[in-house]
Amino acid sequence: MEVPILKQGQYLIASIQSALTDADLSQLREALVERVGRFRSRGVIVDVTALDVMDSFAVRTLRDIAHMARLRGAETVIVGIQPEVAFAMVQLGLTLKGVATALDLEEGLAFLDKQAQGRIAGKRIQGSIDHGR
Amino acid sequence: MVDELLVPVASDVDVVHARQRGRELAAVAGFGSGDQTVIAAAISEIARNILMYAKRGEIALSVTTNGDRQGVVVVARDQGPGIKDVTRAVQDGFSTSGGLGLGLPGARRLMDDFEIASVPGQGTTVTMKKWRRLHA
Repeated sequence: MEVPILKQGQYLIASIQSALTDADLSQLREALVERVGRFRSRGVIVDVTALDVMDSFAVRTLRDIAHMARLRGAETVIVGIQPEVAFAMVQLGLTLKGVATALDLEEGLAFLDKQAQGRIAGKRIQGSIDHGR
Repeated sequence: MVDELLVPVASDVDVVHARQRGRELAAVAGFGSGDQTVIAAAISEIARNILMYAKRGEIALSVTTNGDRQGVVVVARDQGPGIKDVTRAVQDGFSTSGGLGLGLPGARRLMDDFEIASVPGQGTTVTMKKWRRLHA
């Protein structure tokens, strides 16, 4: 089943609706990386609330999505990992090291907004240094 | 519930199917949602191993009772190449496939009982169980 990807301003929101096969997950990865370029997105949210299991392939694919999107200039945040899923992930030894996570969609959007503000602030500092020269 | 539920594993769709059947069976056997997830995750890793190493196989799911305990039994069988070194195969990070090497050791941590019988050239059978106490 294809995962719907919504464009909201500078962000892409992939909202997983049901259990995904490996092929579905790979398709989601390709679609997101392509759309980050097409829509010049600065942030990606992958909502996994509907996933009742995350195994090693799912976790690896989410990590790949985050790293690939970052190489294309977008920050990714994974939202909605259920408590039982988190428990099983830890037992399996699966981590999302280096990947931002948030409790739900609202927190994920807030995280991306903060990241965007940080980028603007960073640019201003950079700009003032240039002026000083 | 005595009957064995047989799920063939030959594609990524079957991996999803196997773990969903496992979750359903665990629910019927009275396991809570946390344990259902744990059982489903272990089945997913074991099914994935079948695909990766043997290409095809099957997973048999059943419910058993032992004294005051009820358990979900998962038996994964394949006629693949077998495992040369079972001791190493259940160690974290050991992989001959280029994967993460978390499948077998991870599944072992998730389940209560975990056994591997493997004959190189003939195949592998993984038997794992999750138990819950029956309250009288």
